[in-house]
Amino acid sequence: MKWIGVALIAGSLLLPPLFAGDFYINLASQILIAAIFALSLNLLVGFGGMTSLGHASYLGVAAYTAALLTTRYGFGHGSAAIISMTATIAMAALFGVIALRATGLGFLMITLALSQVLWGLAYRMSNVTNGDNGIAGLTRPMPFGISLESAASFYWFALIVASFAFAMMAIFVSSSFGSSLKGVRDQPRRMAALGFNPWMIRWITFVYAGFWGGVSGLLYVYYHKYIHPTSLSITGSAEALLGVIAGGSGTIGGPAIGAALVLLLKNYASAYLERWNMLLGLVFLFIVLVMPSGLVPGFSRLIAGLRGGSR
Amino acid sequence: MQFWIIQGLNSLSLGGLLFLLSSGFSLIFGLMRLANLTHGAFFMLGTYFGATALRSWDGLNIWVTAIGAGIVVAAIGGLFERLVLRRLKTNPLGQVLVTLGMSFIISDACLLFWGGDSIPVPTPQNMQAPTRILGFVFPTYRLVLVGCAIGTAIVLYYLLDRTRLGAMIRAGVDDGQMARAVGIPVSRLFTIVFCLGAGVAGAGGVLGGPILSAYPGLDADMLPLALIVVILGGIGSLLGAFIGSFIIGFIYTFGTALFPELAYIILFLPMIFVLAFRPQGLFGRVGA
Repeated sequence: MKWIGVALIAGSLLLPPLFAGDFYINLASQILIAAIFALSLNLLVGFGGMTSLGHASYLGVAAYTAALLTTRYGFGHGSAAIISMTATIAMAALFGVIALRATGLGFLMITLALSQVLWGLAYRMSNVTNGDNGIAGLTRPMPFGISLESAASFYWFALIVASFAFAMMAIFVSSSFGSSLKGVRDQPRRMAALGFNPWMIRWITFVYAGFWGGVSGLLYVYYHKYIHPTSLSITGSAEALLGVIAGGSGTIGGPAIGAALVLLLKNYASAYLERWNMLLGLVFLFIVLVMPSGLVPGFSRLIAGLRGGSR
Repeated sequence: MQFWIIQGLNSLSLGGLLFLLSSGFSLIFGLMRLANLTHGAFFMLGTYFGATALRSWDGLNIWVTAIGAGIVVAAIGGLFERLVLRRLKTNPLGQVLVTLGMSFIISDACLLFWGGDSIPVPTPQNMQAPTRILGFVFPTYRLVLVGCAIGTAIVLYYLLDRTRLGAMIRAGVDDGQMARAVGIPVSRLFTIVFCLGAGVAGAGGVLGGPILSAYPGLDADMLPLALIVVILGGIGSLLGAFIGSFIIGFIYTFGTALFPELAYIILFLPMIFVLAFRPQGLFGRVGA
């Protein structure tokens, strides 16, 4: 049963470039990027019990750094990617030290304040970031000389990165370190009494999540070939958080599905109405009030219930 | 010299506005353990109400407008608390997400009704002439604004420290369960404090209008400042919100004037400093 599910998912991921048109392939690429981003946030929210409202910082900083290095300073894509990931990790390490002075709602408020400061910086420091105009005219990298310009080739590239990211994050949470992380989420004092260092465990997770947030940021900027301050905005963080919660925080695959749903909703809704932010707010209210544990756990409970009934 | 004095006054008036915004945020957090991310949107709603009212009726008194808008925003806040937040009493994370969703809804509704252009709010006519003190020229409205924030601080202090209602609120902040046990209607206090906080933010929005003008994104500009104020001053402390507001008012104004590009980075510094040495904030007793 489980293997059928895996085969179905793998099949549905491999099929788009073979059958679908460019529009749908591009949509699928965006879903993969959003999925990496939501999965990295889920490390904090679901497995670490640290609800961050500033995750867009890592996506935005990695994307901005790569964009600036390639357009303004003439770096190649390889070295720009390495430098921007290093910068993102360093920033996550610093933000982690600041934000982890608090837990719970204090942590949430600090991450939100920090990311809003970065957002303001991207808007106001217009001689560096080009302000509201964003940075346009970017190119996609050519790994091993293969052009990623076509929709299908970019999709394969994103799929490889996303599969690797998914595997790495799944290993992370199922490792012994992942167990200690869940321990710290549920019983920080007992874990401390057992000799673990809760702060260090949280901090390492924070930096690791920031790393994968940065990876999704690189893919984001490669895909769009454009970057704008909105990628750092609270809406970006909130969309990802909604994906995590809608998909079921603390499950391994749920946030990817949640992120896909949020992205599809955003794409289809924007085609018919301009009020995406209002819709996003309403969906927030709906999910929290009606399906607080998320869609995947909700439906799997439903299926388990149906099976139990038929037996 | 004139530069320093004018910027000093600008800092004070921004600090005053921040106090009107963050005092409510801080009180709500202290009593309800709820990070109300709608607070910036309440402020913006007040600004838009004020802009519409003051531009449609000539000679309308700004104080009447502020009180009226405050009451309307307080009513909206009260409904939100009663109908939505109350259902999520046992789910603090859900509460935050709902307030975030609500802030998206309000700011998008403002965009829908008032459009994307910024709407300037006229300075009241009797405060347009500058005031001269000791040979220096001050914009009168900003002086009045500082006085107004100090007045609000005194009223809030009196309310919290000298009245029966205030004693009940303080009891609820210190130990909600024990307060319930001795018969204080804590859940009714929740509504009162939420309305009060929202109303002060809405009135503050009207008063801030002539300085800031109403524009989309005002909420996203003000909310992080309020968050930094309460992180700095200590969550749940009125005095902390007061001192923190003026510190941030000074740092932000002088930062913007002297290092316009780095103003946002300078905002980091007091926050990092306080979190490093006193994580509960300057005057905070409640751990966040």
